[in-house]
Amino acid sequence: MGVIQRVVKPKTHRGKRELTKREPKLIEDARNSICIRGNKCSDTTLKFLKDVTKLQKPNSVFFSRKHDFLPFESTTELGRICKKYDASLFVFGSHNKKRPNNIVLGRLFDNNILDMVELGIEKYKGLDEFKTPKFAVGSKPCLIFAGEPFITPSSDYFRLKNIFVDFFRGEEVTNIRVEGLEHVLSFVAVDEKILLRGYKITYKKSGEKTPYVELEEMGPSVDFVLRRTKLAPIDIFKSACKKPKELKPKKKKNITKDVFGSTLGRVHIPKQNLRNLPTRNMKGLKKTMAEKKLERAEKARQGGTDSSTPVEIVSNSPPANQNPSNTMTSSVFVNTSRGPKSDVGKVANAQSGSIQLHLSG
Amino acid sequence: MEVESSSSDEPRSIAVEKAIEVDIDPGNLLVSDSNEISRLQLNSNPAEYLKELTRSNTQLLINRIFTLPFHRVDDVIVAELPKPTYVLPRSKPAPKARPLSKWESYAKEKGIVKKKKSRLVWDEMVKKWVPRFGYRRAEAEHAKDWLIEVPQHADPYEDQFEKKSEEKSERVAKNELQRLRNLAKAKKVVVPAAKGLTSKVKQSKEELLTAAHTANKATASLGKFQPKVGKLKPLKGTGKKRQFEPLINNQEKAKNLSVLDKIMNKKPKIDVESVVSKSVGSGNLKRKGQGQDNYGDDEDGGQRRGGRRGKQMGTKNSKIKKGPAKKGSFKKGRASPRSGPKKKKN
Repeated sequence: MGVIQRVVKPKTHRGKRELTKREPKLIEDARNSICIRGNKCSDTTLKFLKDVTKLQKPNSVFFSRKHDFLPFESTTELGRICKKYDASLFVFGSHNKKRPNNIVLGRLFDNNILDMVELGIEKYKGLDEFKTPKFAVGSKPCLIFAGEPFITPSSDYFRLKNIFVDFFRGEEVTNIRVEGLEHVLSFVAVDEKILLRGYKITYKKSGEKTPYVELEEMGPSVDFVLRRTKLAPIDIFKSACKKPKELKPKKKKNITKDVFGSTLGRVHIPKQNLRNLPTRNMKGLKKTMAEKKLERAEKARQGGTDSSTPVEIVSNSPPANQNPSNTMTSSVFVNTSRGPKSDVGKVANAQSGSIQLHLSG
Repeated sequence: MEVESSSSDEPRSIAVEKAIEVDIDPGNLLVSDSNEISRLQLNSNPAEYLKELTRSNTQLLINRIFTLPFHRVDDVIVAELPKPTYVLPRSKPAPKARPLSKWESYAKEKGIVKKKKSRLVWDEMVKKWVPRFGYRRAEAEHAKDWLIEVPQHADPYEDQFEKKSEEKSERVAKNELQRLRNLAKAKKVVVPAAKGLTSKVKQSKEELLTAAHTANKATASLGKFQPKVGKLKPLKGTGKKRQFEPLINNQEKAKNLSVLDKIMNKKPKIDVESVVSKSVGSGNLKRKGQGQDNYGDDEDGGQRRGGRRGKQMGTKNSKIKKGPAKKGSFKKGRASPRSGPKKKKN
C-alpha cells in the first residue's frame, strides 16, 4: 500500500512564500485594493477609478478590462478576484440609465464581503484638471470628516466614514516626517450629499514653532450621493474588529496609583522564620555557673530514668515575636515615587498582615 | 521644518476656534468635526467654504502633531505617532495556534519532551558514522544490508529483501494515514468511516464482518450468485423475520384455546416470592397475619379485593401499578377496617 493521496501543497518555493504571505497575521499589512471597471463605464467613472488607484498607490491595482458583473447582484466573481489578488478592498465602477456614474466601494473580511456601499457621482473634477503639484506616491493623507451624519451611529454614513478611513488612510505607521504631511482628503456630509475634496498643504510662518497651514485644491473633487448599501450586521462587524489577545496590553499586577498620583507597589513576602533570627549575645544573658549546674543535674536525672528519650536542647532565645499576625503572608506597599520624605519602615495595618512602606524616592 | 518664507506674508495665527471640540486621532491622521455646517456659506461660495473648513481642521491636526514627541532618524525629524484609536476591522481573522497532533497532545499530557538527536550515529557493523535519516541514509543502509540472513523458521523461498521493503512501505503508509487523520481532525473534517467499512488502523471483529458482508453483496445481482467466502458468520438481525404456520396439521386450535383459557382464568398472577420478601423486609408480615385472622372468611376473595383496592389507591397517589406487591398499598389496605381480610398465603 503506497501513499494514496496527499494534501495539496504548494509545488514551488515561490508558491509557498506567496501562500505564507497571505496567511492571517497578527499585525496586518496595509490592505490591498483593486479598482474594477464594469461592463459599461462612463468617462467620469473611469477617471474616478484611475484617480482612486493613484491615491492608493502602491497598494492598489486598476483592472481596466470590462467585467460583466454587478457587485450588488452577485458577489461570487468579485470574491474570486479579490481572493486571487489578496485584496480586501475594492472599487467597482459602472454606468447605466438607472444608476448613472455608479461607484461601489467595499471591503472584505476573511475573503467574504463585509461592507458594500453604492455611491453615485454627481460632479467630478479629476486630479488632472487641477494644474498644481501633486503629492508623493504612498504619502499618508490627513483625513478630515465634517458633518453631522458622520457622527450619528444609526445612519449609514457612520459606517461609510469607517469605510472611507479604511480606504484612504494608507499604511499604519509609528513615525511620520512632518514635512511629508502634504495631502488632505476632506469628506463633508451635508444635505444627503458627500463632498470629497483633495488639497495639498503648504506651510507658512506663524511666528511659532507650529506652522500655519495653507491649502490648495489639487483634486479630486467629487460630489457623491449615497445609493444602495449592504453593511455587515453589528455582530459580524464587531467580530471583524476584534483585537487579538496577543496585541492587547498586558495587565500590570501589583502596581496601583493613589489619588495623589504616586505609584504604589505591592510586594508579597513569605512567612518569616523567626527560629533562625540571630539574637544578640550579651553577657547578661549568659548562664551562670549555678544555672549550668542545675541544667546538668536535670539532664543526668532524665538520662538516668529513661536513657532512650532524646535530649531536647532548649534555646535560650525568647519565644516572643510569635503573635498571630506572623502566620499570615504579609504584603508591603512600597512607594516608589517621590513623595514627602519620610522614614523607611512606617508600619501600618499590622493586623491584616500588610505593611505599607513609604520610601523616599 | 520646511517653511515657505515669503516676506510679503505676515505671520498668521495658528489658533482655531470651534464651537464643539473636534475629535482628533493622530495615529490615523484623522479629524472628525461634529460642528454644524453653515448651509448659507456653503451655498453662496462652496469651494471657499469647504477649503476654509478643511484648513481649520487640518490646522488643529498639525497643532496636535507638533505636541507629540519628536526625534531624529537619518537627518530627518520625525514625530512619534501614538497608536490609532479609531477602530477599523481586520482584513483577516487573527491567526490561530496550530492544533496539536494526537501524539503531541499525548506527549504534552505525559510530559514527554522532545530530545535533540545527533544527525550522525555510529554504526558498529560498518564502523562508520552514518546519517540517522535523510540524505545518504539509504546509501548507508544499502551498504550494510547487502546480505540478509534467513531467519531460522522462515520460509526459505521468501525474498527477505522484498519483505523488508514492503515493511518499510507499510510504515510509510501508516505514517501518512496518521498525518492525514491529524489534518482532518485539525480541520474538523468528518472522515467517512460509516459502518466501519473504510480502513481504520485496527478494526473490530464486528466491523470486519460487516465489511465482508457488504462487499459480498456489492454486485449487480446483490450477491445472489456470490460463492461463500470462508467461514463467514451470518450477520445479526439479517435472518427471517416472518414465520408462517404450516397449512395442514397445525396447532391453531390449541393455540387459540390456550389464549382463551388465559383470559377466562381471572386469577391475578402473584409473584409470591417478591411479596414475601417485601413484607418481611418491612417487618409487618406477622402482625398482618394475626389481624387478618379476625376478619378472614374467604381467603381468595379477600385477597383479591384487598389487592384491587390497593391498586386503585396506588394509581391515585402515584404511578405505582402493581397493587398487591407494593408496600404502600398494603399499608393502606390494612388501615381501613373495610378493606377486608388479608392473609399471608402459603
